[in-house]
Amino acid sequence: MIKARVTVTLKNGVLDPQGKAIEHALDGLGFAGVGSVRQGKVFDIEIDNADRAKAEADLKAMCDRLLANTVIENYTVAID
Amino acid sequence: MKSAVVVLPGLNRDRDMIAALTKISGKVPVTVWQTDTEIPDVDLVVIPGGFSYGDYLRCGAIAARMPVMRAVAEKAEKGVQVIGVCNGFQILVEAGMLPGALMRNDHLKFVCREVKLRVENANTSFTRNYAPGQIIRAPVAHHDGNYFADPETLARIEGEGRVLFRYAENTNPNGSINDIAGIVNDRGNVLGLMPHPENLIEAAHGGSDGRPLFESALGIAAPQPEPA
Repeated sequence: MIKARVTVTLKNGVLDPQGKAIEHALDGLGFAGVGSVRQGKVFDIEIDNADRAKAEADLKAMCDRLLANTVIENYTVAID
Repeated sequence: MKSAVVVLPGLNRDRDMIAALTKISGKVPVTVWQTDTEIPDVDLVVIPGGFSYGDYLRCGAIAARMPVMRAVAEKAEKGVQVIGVCNGFQILVEAGMLPGALMRNDHLKFVCREVKLRVENANTSFTRNYAPGQIIRAPVAHHDGNYFADPETLARIEGEGRVLFRYAENTNPNGSINDIAGIVNDRGNVLGLMPHPENLIEAAHGGSDGRPLFESALGIAAPQPEPA
């Protein structure tokens, strides 16, 4: 079995109001020096397949077709 | 003129939309379900608002990949008019049938209030019963209506007159870029808008500013004012 982690983040230049709110909240907790916060999503995916190359291609297709909205988001795929 | 309403689990404005289309067209719209792969012969397909699939992943993301959306896309390719309201707009952008994306409101709060819209382009099949530049009232109710498009896409849709409705009089409720409230596709037969025109179509609603949109799309002539 292959375990993978997909990370989806907002593209640079896309406003992230949730990240901004988190940034302000961290500031409110007294964490000084937080320059900026950008939030995103993490998907841990298990694939019943030993073929790494196929799993990698499938994971990329999953990102392009559903997990990320490539108009506003970037993604990275990491396989264990 | 016949219409169809797409019904998906988690939508909650479908009954309002069916009631509005029934009153305006005089015919009850057919309903199509998420797993339907064909839509009957109609002139207008409407995707109503709500929270399809609980807004999981991203608003409209899962609905956009259901079989019925392939059928909606096929209708649009044949020139049938399509309107997506609120979640319906989110579904259309997620399906790639309209450009851009709808993001979390800039103030991070759900908004449920009335706004003003300016009819930016009255020379379309969706807006011909409005006057150019007309200011209309419209209710909004959403958490993710903050329209975004990259500068190139934005310049294109603005340049091509594809922004049909813009929030007016400083009532932008969500931070949408260029105050955009509603846009059409390049062919002009697919409209997405965040406000709910179906909730302002008769005196009992306290106004009927949303009615001309549906009358335009259904080819119903605007009522002529009584001669003085």
